Amino acid sequence: MNQRARYHPVAGTAAWIVALLMFFPIFWMVLASFKPEIEAIATPPELIFSPTLENYQTILERADYLSFAFNSIFISVGATALAIALAVPAAYAMAFYPSKRTRGTLLWMLSTKMLPSVGVLVPIYLFAKDLDLLDTRTLLIVMYMLMNLPIVVWMLFTFFKEMPKAIIEATRIDGASQWQTMVWVLLPLVLPGIASTALLNIILCWNEAFWSLNLTAHDAAPLTAFIASFSAPQGLFWAKLSAASTLAIAPIVVFGWFSQRQLVSGLTFGAVK
Amino acid sequence: MSHADVAVAMPMSRSRPKNKGAHVSTLPMVVPSVGLLLIFSLVPLAATVYFSFLRYNLLNPLVGGFAGFRNYYYLFRDPALYHSLLISVLLVGEVLVITIASAAVLASLFQKQFPGRSIARVLMISPFFVMPTVSALIWKNLLMHPVNGFIAWITRSLGFGVIDFFADWPLTSVVVIASWQWMPFAFLILLTALQSLDEETREAADLDGAGPFSIFFHIEVPHMGRAISVVTMMETIFLLGIFAEIYVTTSGGPGDATTNLTFLIYQHALLEFNVGGASAAGVIAIILANILATVMVRIVGKGLDV
Repeated sequence: MNQRARYHPVAGTAAWIVALLMFFPIFWMVLASFKPEIEAIATPPELIFSPTLENYQTILERADYLSFAFNSIFISVGATALAIALAVPAAYAMAFYPSKRTRGTLLWMLSTKMLPSVGVLVPIYLFAKDLDLLDTRTLLIVMYMLMNLPIVVWMLFTFFKEMPKAIIEATRIDGASQWQTMVWVLLPLVLPGIASTALLNIILCWNEAFWSLNLTAHDAAPLTAFIASFSAPQGLFWAKLSAASTLAIAPIVVFGWFSQRQLVSGLTFGAVK
Repeated sequence: MSHADVAVAMPMSRSRPKNKGAHVSTLPMVVPSVGLLLIFSLVPLAATVYFSFLRYNLLNPLVGGFAGFRNYYYLFRDPALYHSLLISVLLVGEVLVITIASAAVLASLFQKQFPGRSIARVLMISPFFVMPTVSALIWKNLLMHPVNGFIAWITRSLGFGVIDFFADWPLTSVVVIASWQWMPFAFLILLTALQSLDEETREAADLDGAGPFSIFFHIEVPHMGRAISVVTMMETIFLLGIFAEIYVTTSGGPGDATTNLTFLIYQHALLEFNVGGASAAGVIAIILANILATVMVRIVGKGLDV
């Protein structure tokens, strides 16, 4: 450990430079959201300006931000909870009782993720219309759940796979049923893995733009639609657009920052032995 | 859900599992997700195939009936199809190379000790949390705009003049945006993989006089091999369907310079309301995705210990 404790100045400097460059676009957008419209498009860019909240006021007056944000949270969390509830038993069974077809099933599930959404947009749209589900949160929850189910099953599978089999045998000998073993013994052990799967899933749902733009209009519209409604070409309102963008990404970015340690620890996809 | 349905879901093997007891008790656990996914992937697929043989335009209700292979005929005669395929491949390929190469180097840098490492890591991965529509807007308006953009200001100050990114380098611009978004994802997974590298291996190499470059190429990169194939597969899945970035920045243009297959289908379906034609293109996309998926899954599946 004492070998590792020494600092690497060159590596550190390079890493910091790249990190700042990567973050710069976000920083620049947040900065622009506090500038008056004229200064936001000024070149050379003005670093010293009198910050204003006027852009945020305009945006909040023009659109019901809270309603969009609520939809985003409700849909992301709902879809994630549903996907995990469905995937945990499947991943458990696949990891502990693999049969010859487990591998095929798992790979087939992943391959469905490669089907282009647009390829099935028309039928999905028409089904949703017939079922009167267009522009409902239910529809998006179901769509997102199905969309991410393969990844959720895969991630959970890799976590269950790392659990020692002896635990299962011990509990089985003690007379616990399949479900009891899963719920009371294994679930607590893979909880960190479930958490990180859920985090990734929430981020993917929050940022999904294709289905949300095509299947919602107003009532169920999440924040991706909120942004789309401001990005129509109507002159240069960059400061206001930046304010709207900041509002749309702030919840998920802050959420990501706080949960990154958890997220990092779980994003192995079975690639780490 | 009957047993027959599940058998369809698992075409890879017809033999029964060795452990009969387990088979009976775990089936109800697997069926809900596999069954739902099966329905979700097969029913719309069947509908898309069906529509692709119809004359079906939402704008013209008078035109109808069976079209035979006409939709496919027009599609295959249209050079736009081949061009969009090329764009899809270029987009996925370029972003994969850029993100994985830079993520590997950065993962190597970030597993060394330096002050403020966790803060730098947070900054580094932030783009992954930004929704594609927003990141496209940031790059289009604030950074790459030819008159008021930040990059235009830099190039002008340096005397290089102004680059109109989305007019002159449309595909490259989309690649840059997509790489900015997906590099953090590759970085996270590769970093996690690298952290499991035995420290003694690295120290031993260090003592043997291996420089940082040979440690990177001969120890760290091989160690990340499985993780790299996982990243390749995950990114391919998402990059094939890339849509919002193109929709916001170039709308597939100028001309068809950034029209990938996803965007081409979108144009047919939602701009021309040609359901038949769009469905035919959708079928092509699905077939291609399946070919690609088979190849990918072979590569990644090798490392997947099931």
